[in-house]
Amino acid sequence: MLVAAWLAVVGVFAGVCTLLARPGLIPSPNASPWRTILDRITRDRLALVGLAFLVTLYFAAAIAPWIAPYEYRVQLDIVELKHQAPTLAHPFGTDQYSRDVLSRVLHGARVSLSVALLSVLLAISIGTAYGGIAGFAGGRLDGIMMRLIDALLALPRILILIAVLALWGGVSLPALVILLGLTGWFGVSRLVRAQVLATRGQDFVVAARALGASPLRLFLRHVLPQAMSPVIVAATLGVGNVIMLEAGLSYLGIGVPQPRPSWGNIIQDGAEYISTQWWVTLFPGLAIVLTVMAFNVVGDALRDAMDPRQVDGR
Amino acid sequence: MVGLVLRRVGQAALIVFLVTTLTFVLLRVAPGDPFTATVEHPLIAEETREQWRAAAGLDRPIAEQYIRYLANVARGDFGPSFSKGRPVSEELASAVPNTLLLMLAALVASFVLGVALGVFQAVRRGSIADRAIGGVALFFYSMPDFWLALMVLLLFAYRLGLFPVGGMLNPWSYEYYDIWGRIANRLHHLALPAGTLTLLSAAAIARYQRSAVLDVARQDYVRTARAKGVSERRVVTRHILRNALLPVITLLGLAFPALLGGAVFVEKVFAWPGMGRLAVEAIGTRDYHLVTATVIIAGVMVSIGSLLADLLYAAVDPRLRET
Amino acid sequence: MTEPLLSIRDLRTWFHTDAGLARAVDGVSFDVGARETVGVVGESGCGKSVTALSILRLIQPPGRIEQGSRILFEERDLLALDERAIRRIRGNRIAMVFQEPMTALNPVFTVGDQIGEVARVHARMSRRESRQRAIEMLNLVGIPAPAQRADEYPHQLSGGMRQRVVIAMALVMSPALVIADEPTTALDVTIQAQILELLGGLQERLGTSILLITHDLGVVAEAASRVLVMYAGQIAEEAPVRELFANPRHPYTEGLLHAMPRLAQARDRLAVIPGTVPAPTDWPSGCRFRDRCPYAWERCEREQPPLYRIGAAHTSRCHLADEPERRAHKHPPLVVQQGADA
Repeated sequence: MLVAAWLAVVGVFAGVCTLLARPGLIPSPNASPWRTILDRITRDRLALVGLAFLVTLYFAAAIAPWIAPYEYRVQLDIVELKHQAPTLAHPFGTDQYSRDVLSRVLHGARVSLSVALLSVLLAISIGTAYGGIAGFAGGRLDGIMMRLIDALLALPRILILIAVLALWGGVSLPALVILLGLTGWFGVSRLVRAQVLATRGQDFVVAARALGASPLRLFLRHVLPQAMSPVIVAATLGVGNVIMLEAGLSYLGIGVPQPRPSWGNIIQDGAEYISTQWWVTLFPGLAIVLTVMAFNVVGDALRDAMDPRQVDGR
Repeated sequence: MVGLVLRRVGQAALIVFLVTTLTFVLLRVAPGDPFTATVEHPLIAEETREQWRAAAGLDRPIAEQYIRYLANVARGDFGPSFSKGRPVSEELASAVPNTLLLMLAALVASFVLGVALGVFQAVRRGSIADRAIGGVALFFYSMPDFWLALMVLLLFAYRLGLFPVGGMLNPWSYEYYDIWGRIANRLHHLALPAGTLTLLSAAAIARYQRSAVLDVARQDYVRTARAKGVSERRVVTRHILRNALLPVITLLGLAFPALLGGAVFVEKVFAWPGMGRLAVEAIGTRDYHLVTATVIIAGVMVSIGSLLADLLYAAVDPRLRET
Repeated sequence: MTEPLLSIRDLRTWFHTDAGLARAVDGVSFDVGARETVGVVGESGCGKSVTALSILRLIQPPGRIEQGSRILFEERDLLALDERAIRRIRGNRIAMVFQEPMTALNPVFTVGDQIGEVARVHARMSRRESRQRAIEMLNLVGIPAPAQRADEYPHQLSGGMRQRVVIAMALVMSPALVIADEPTTALDVTIQAQILELLGGLQERLGTSILLITHDLGVVAEAASRVLVMYAGQIAEEAPVRELFANPRHPYTEGLLHAMPRLAQARDRLAVIPGTVPAPTDWPSGCRFRDRCPYAWERCEREQPPLYRIGAAHTSRCHLADEPERRAHKHPPLVVQQGADA
């Protein structure tokens, strides 16, 4: 079951990559920008390193059950092998239940990445729909919808999540994904709405409207392709953010339910013993930092590459 | 200006109202109520629970409960805290100032540090120093707050023993210090948690400030200033910085929620007796009233923060001053 | 002839970009005499503004003024000065009036402050003195209620007023040379005329020279005594203003003149020069104008034309000066033949 879900995640990722790589698949009136964007990114070496890291991590996570030395929940030897400092046999050491930390970090990558990716996917879908509706509706409805967004954006996301999860007393993994998705779309909806408003005034859209094109068609044909680039940037940076959020929640014990390892969960296990058994906390934390850094680097590069102000040779 | 203030205060009030409503709704849709989850004891009969519910007004129609809830919150009554055995408002009264102290210290330190680094980077754009600072900033920017707190704790408190492990003061010796000793003791305890928050927030500010300065440096009026014969130092400190600080004021409003979120974890790790730790404890004990109260107070703090940022912006930017 | 005030020799300002070497200004030489107004015209992208910025060394990286260029001003080579010395010239002996008065003024300082800053920097005036000076300058450029205006911010002024403020700022130190980069482009026609009149009047009173950069030949006709036509980073033609209008020798100048609304009034439509200025990263070999030229022949592809001398003060960078009989073979330019739609 979980493997199937994971493969779906990889599929989505691969799909996005192909879309990025093959401009023809995106119904954009000006398809060639994707080419330029790709060219610019490949010139940015740091972003390439980040991308390579993420791809490696993806596939390592996908095949984690086969490459991890141990099963994530197996307690190797509760007497002899608990609280082991890193050795050759256990490069990241073992935790208080004598579980291999490396295996748990590898399995944790799976959980943390899929939770983050799926929830961001959900968030940008909701945000795109909401922003599109607000932008096309205009007038009063738009005003009300945007004031609501202002209010929601005013709240620290972590506090909303803490409130919900604490009051509900912990939730299952799919529910956690949905909750993270439901609290992550406010910014995206603003981006999309702004793009709708900008596009709506353009001549060719006015012309299409005059010819009787429906709002939905206008949205799909004209607005969405143009809104894609800021949304993709926001999504890339958002994934890093959600990884940190999920880790925080899991650290508080209201995120991914134990004993399934997520990076935050492993840190929760280790935090209690941090003064002596630092390795249980250090390694999953490093995994988070590197992954989030990679997402930020790639996101920044995407933003720079898509910035229309940066015309080559100027 | 007066109009702007009134409008923004109105907005802030609206946001607080929405937050309160949101938490009420969350409270309602959450499975169970305070009396099913908090006091799980097999010997307590269902009738007794019903009595408690009636006493708390939970058997009334939802609309009435909602109005009552709003009225109570408006009066500063957040209900009783089950885990602490005293009113939530009293708990908050002792915790909020501690959090404010922590946040204020981090806010000031991170803005000074972040702005200075960002400007330095922009002026030396492309240099090794710029890249090094940029890399370090990205590193901290990509770090979960609780993990940095744990690592800081591990290194400076456990390994090096330079700072206390947690708390706001030394409970055994504090009484015997004179006034300076007490201040020093408090600062000593403040250093690690405030330092953690500062690093996280300064990283974000430096990134932002750098691009703001570079943005302004492209403007025509900067070229005008150079053409007037103004020295490079003066161009940066006067013509660029004055403009590049404007977006940072907006960031000030945004830094508030981020710092508050960070405070939740940092307070937990360093046992800092503030709102964040209160919230985390309330989660652990399923103390409903306490959780909702901290969320509402956080909403209030965030609205006040962004209100102040907006007013400050209007005061500094002449283009907004007279509307 | 007396020593010119400004003398530029073989100025080359190149931009070393990722996309390649952009030779924005590529071997420009000209003089500006004392009390003279010289117009520089050309389409956007031909190197006018870069030339202007190069004079005060305001070129930002990746742009660079190449070795061998010389800019002599009051008998000193500006390119050899150190940073302090060139600063003492900027805004003091040579001042600039920029286009776009919307963005050329700093939004967070009052206009009085910004005008006064010049005096504070160069004359070491106090704040109080410099404010007084700013009010005088505002008065000079014809802004009513100057004492009150001095305390206002740029966004509170109209476009024309802002342009006057920018001019006032340039004139604070009574500079020997004012470089005006499209001073009237962003303004509507009546204000344009007022600003030109103002510049002319001030020049007479203060005795400054003006280097007037514009894409509008009409502006040049009104204000300048001598004209440089720039194309693709080089000077295409140079002549006294009457001579240029009466007897243009370069096909590009011809094209510009035909594109002027006033001369084209009688025709049913405006003539436009086909195509656009090529990218500065790859200027065409031979004559840089040949793709768009209705006279171009194989020599233009082979050989870059030098500046041919036509009269005492008239030069043209076109082989037609050498082979005038070619003028009879007019044909559609290359870009049109290729059906270029850019």
